[in-house]
Amino acid sequence: MSETFFEILRPGINTTIQDYGRKYLYHIGITVSGAMDLRNHKFANALVSNNTQEATVEFAYQGPLLKLKNGKINFAITGDVFFKILRKNSKVEEGKCYKNYVLEEEEQIDIISTKNSAYGYLAIGGGLKLKSFWDSYSINTKANIGPNNGKKLSINEKIQIKNTNKVQSSDRKIDYKNVSNNYIRVIKGTNFDYFSAESQSKFFKEEYSVTNLTDRMGMRLKGSTLENTKSTNIKSEGLIKGVIQVPADGNPIILLNDHGTIGGYPKIAVVISADLDKVSQLTPNTKIKFKEVSLEDAENLFKSYLSETNKYLNEIN
Amino acid sequence: MIKNISNLGDASVYCDFGSEVNENINSEVIKYFNYLSKLVKNKKIEGITNLSPSYNKLIISFDLSLTTFSNIKNSLEKIQIENEIKHQSKNIKIPVCCEDKYALDFDRLTKKLKLDKKEILNLYFSNEYFCYMTGFIAGMPFLGDLEKNIRCDRLETPRVKVPEGSVGITEQFANIYTFESPGGWNIIGQTPKKIFNQNEIENPALIKPGDRVTFYEITEKEFLNWNE
Repeated sequence: MSETFFEILRPGINTTIQDYGRKYLYHIGITVSGAMDLRNHKFANALVSNNTQEATVEFAYQGPLLKLKNGKINFAITGDVFFKILRKNSKVEEGKCYKNYVLEEEEQIDIISTKNSAYGYLAIGGGLKLKSFWDSYSINTKANIGPNNGKKLSINEKIQIKNTNKVQSSDRKIDYKNVSNNYIRVIKGTNFDYFSAESQSKFFKEEYSVTNLTDRMGMRLKGSTLENTKSTNIKSEGLIKGVIQVPADGNPIILLNDHGTIGGYPKIAVVISADLDKVSQLTPNTKIKFKEVSLEDAENLFKSYLSETNKYLNEIN
Repeated sequence: MIKNISNLGDASVYCDFGSEVNENINSEVIKYFNYLSKLVKNKKIEGITNLSPSYNKLIISFDLSLTTFSNIKNSLEKIQIENEIKHQSKNIKIPVCCEDKYALDFDRLTKKLKLDKKEILNLYFSNEYFCYMTGFIAGMPFLGDLEKNIRCDRLETPRVKVPEGSVGITEQFANIYTFESPGGWNIIGQTPKKIFNQNEIENPALIKPGDRVTFYEITEKEFLNWNE
């Protein structure tokens, strides 16, 4: 029997495979990677009855155009995404996010674009057939690590599908709306005191705008320049997702999933875990404001974030 | 010893071992790193997802759905590393070709250091280096210390692309670019040796923190015909 797969008729701008990412590898210079918006990655999987750790197709802005070959599948798309389903009878169906669909052989999914957000997720019932690298299917295009030689998906390639014998017609869906306020909550960083009192207060009072220099590695911001009164370099040390570092030019950078594992710029603040999905979805020119919270608040906010995620996951199941 | 433990965000612990960079402090960092790696491997501590040792810091990342900063901090304060795990330090020899087309920054270095190319290379090749940490890009080793007379600051404007295998120096440190990447170190040559290999899942990085490294010079012919 021939295998079920998608033929990539249009790859989209930055289409990769992602899951939860890699662990225990920072010390050799391999970053976590993984889905930029973990909650939407989980929802996509749950909607097609997959384990939430299963690999999904992550796309940014313009997504792929995919044609199904040799089989029938379930799929779901999450995020804030405009897409169409091209049916066999030439009927074009307007797609809805957060809903499980059945796709027949030779039918196509046309992921036109994300709306007011950067990333969207496509999950396939049964999962994708891929080789894992260090227990993860995530593609890191900067270090060329992961399946597909660590490169983003391109035209005429195939996305192999693992297991399609359990196609369900049941209507699995949720009514979910992505968060859209522009407050980013942070905890002060280990080098907060490197900055002048004026800059410290500006950091929390003034708006910053997301620039075009934003990708899976990091997000450069523009706004009030931050004056470093101590030293614009620190001895290189480890980094994590959410660190806001400030190089000599005074413009903050938020580190995201594919960040370098070591860096020597002072850390003014760190985005709290509960807001990481939200930060990852910000698009260029969006204005944001930072709000300081305590460690205890951050821990409680994360509990709420988790229980909200689980509430929707339970609703699906 | 850890001098200070603080939180970096809500899901990592920042252990400060001091402000200087030297082998003693770094050996302490590596000792804790090895000890904690073992605890994680043997499932004696819950929730840790990553350990990042650097010159004088150790950052411990954890899964906030499984544990908290105060849990990890409490465990750290109780740790007594009695039977110090001996790090199996390797001696690694790295071939380097220093022909002009691979040694991109000798004009700058000879001017700044007031030494000629031969003198710089003699000082560079006669030293044994200690690996403080690996990272930035996969497998890149941060080695030290360079002889005092060949210490030089970074390029004013970093290169957008440093070729894979380039061997660089800056301040008291030497490194190897395991992939083509942006970078601002002074490039003195290139190695044909593969330093990082993602298909070697168990052991992808040739050089690890605590290892010792020496470099030796090879000709361009040897460089081009290198076969592993």
